[in-house]
Amino acid sequence: MKAAGHAAALIRVEGLHKQYETDAGPQPVLRGVDLRIDAGEFIAVMGPSGSGKSTFMNILGCLDVPTSGRYLLDGHDTSRMSADQLAQLRNRFIGFVFQGFNLLPRATLLDNVALPMLYAGRPTQERAARAQELLARVGLERYGQYLPSRISGGQQQRVAIARSLANRPKLLLADEPTGNLDTATSHDIMQLIGALNREEGTTVVLVTHETDIAHFAKRIIHFVDGKVDSDEEVGIAGQHAP
Amino acid sequence: MLANMLREAWRAMAANKLRTFLTMLGLVIGVGAVVLMLAIGQGAQTLVKEAVATMGSNLFIVLSGGTTTGGARSGSGTAPTLTLSDAQAIEELPSVAAVAPTQNGTAQLVYGASNWNSSVIGVTPSYLLVREWRLVRGQPFTDTDVRTVARVAIIGQTVARELFGSEDPVDKTIRIRNSPYVVMGVLGAKGQSFDGRDQDDTVLIPFSTAQRKLYGTSFPDSVRFMMVKAVSEDAMDRTEEGITTLLRERHRIPPGGENDFTVRNLSAAADVQAQTTRVMSIMLGAVASISLVVGGIGIMNIMLVSVTERTREIGIRMAIGARQRDILLQFLLESVIVSVVGCLIGVVLGVGGAALVSQTTEMMVVVTGAAILLSFAVAAAVGIFFGFYPARKAAGLKPIEALRYQ
Repeated sequence: MKAAGHAAALIRVEGLHKQYETDAGPQPVLRGVDLRIDAGEFIAVMGPSGSGKSTFMNILGCLDVPTSGRYLLDGHDTSRMSADQLAQLRNRFIGFVFQGFNLLPRATLLDNVALPMLYAGRPTQERAARAQELLARVGLERYGQYLPSRISGGQQQRVAIARSLANRPKLLLADEPTGNLDTATSHDIMQLIGALNREEGTTVVLVTHETDIAHFAKRIIHFVDGKVDSDEEVGIAGQHAP
Repeated sequence: MLANMLREAWRAMAANKLRTFLTMLGLVIGVGAVVLMLAIGQGAQTLVKEAVATMGSNLFIVLSGGTTTGGARSGSGTAPTLTLSDAQAIEELPSVAAVAPTQNGTAQLVYGASNWNSSVIGVTPSYLLVREWRLVRGQPFTDTDVRTVARVAIIGQTVARELFGSEDPVDKTIRIRNSPYVVMGVLGAKGQSFDGRDQDDTVLIPFSTAQRKLYGTSFPDSVRFMMVKAVSEDAMDRTEEGITTLLRERHRIPPGGENDFTVRNLSAAADVQAQTTRVMSIMLGAVASISLVVGGIGIMNIMLVSVTERTREIGIRMAIGARQRDILLQFLLESVIVSVVGCLIGVVLGVGGAALVSQTTEMMVVVTGAAILLSFAVAAAVGIFFGFYPARKAAGLKPIEALRYQ
């Protein structure tokens, strides 16, 4: 167990197992993961293909449920929640940034950014104002009425980040956010995510297989064969304190 | 929220216009067919109803009995068993509104250089009440005319046209079988009866005049045929019983003896006609409804394809917080919009088709608001019913599997 009890644990994972049923029998992917992540941390999860890091992320994001073990998100035990309760948890607590951007192709950038607020039941005026504000935050305020297909990959990922922030989530999950981007753009995106972590205290968990990307984080966790292989602080002094 | 969902549904449909249109087409044709078929059925019913109405409502006819000559029985109305006083007695019954004895026949009519053959009916003034028939010009004759056996006449529209052309017939004198009759009035148009006779091709003269002067009879004051109008539809059974009992008493027929008269309920015959057309219009509607169901299946088919195609979109929505019912509502809304728009187009087509049919054929078509409302409701129900399964399938997807879908 790292980090003593003085900071609030945003995420507690205890004895997490996940196995998939296949024709060749049960296929274990996670074999007992214990982890604690405090509010405000910036974590990179690394590991080879098949190490279970993506499955772990999906469980953290409440998109998938573990076969056994407990996952507490901000004190909520997710193992007892219904599909709709998990949906609400994702909506209020978690922002997602995907490798493939995952914007809705037929909706304008503004509508894409506003969508989580729509599902949260925010009033129209507020949605429009905040979506505009978020687009401005990622430097795309002039493209609100564009469709995603008209802007570049890097810009699309910025919109996805803006969307993930819509409901002021405590946890930002980024699954290979730079996987489809060139190096310069990747670094821009990472700067943006790093700034969110520093300035707003948003907890960030990032999955990547690129070492330079991982080093934007302050703590790197390595997965091997469904278990945590190493867990180390890499933060540069001065970047820690907000 | 709803405005947004409508906008998104619109976007989804606009993204694939041809497919949306083809999906709608099934319902468009279905609703159009239902509206048109119901209009045709309603038209037939209206025709029957109008024919029944021109005959007069709540009617009985009472016929005198048949004669038996050397063992050969003649039909009803050949023996002089009913009299004018029978008619008056029937009129006294509380459930009877009016009684009209008639003496039927045809005669040659002459006015100036024109001549015409028409049915000339001897009637009492109550005949107009019984048949619910109004005059458009002149005056009806009165009981006094009947009593004095006056040579006066009221003529129908066809007779007026054939004899007088554009001239005003009132107060002119026509000759019926060479005797002069003064035309007192002209009847309003009634059109065809439901067995196809021209009801306007007729001349009405006082009953007594017909019997004594025009046709002649060896039994003065006998009546072979009379029409009886009951006060209401509810009073029909009571009236039929009342007439039968009264006439049996007056004719001193012992219990078990056969009636020397016949009472027929004319409304019953009309009811059978109305029933037939009603069944016909129900069947037309039912056959057309099958195409509605087929249209609904078309919607379900396309919605299932659409759900599969948009699995990834569903995954994204779920990841950012859409609940199952948000997804369900989104897809349900799409199928409902498709059905409702398809239905609107169908109604327009159906109404247009009905107009076309009534212009190009002799058929009578009547589009009713109820028919439109009904097909609209059915179409909306079809959309919800057949849209529900695909929508539920979409809502039941697991977020992670939907997100991974390529």
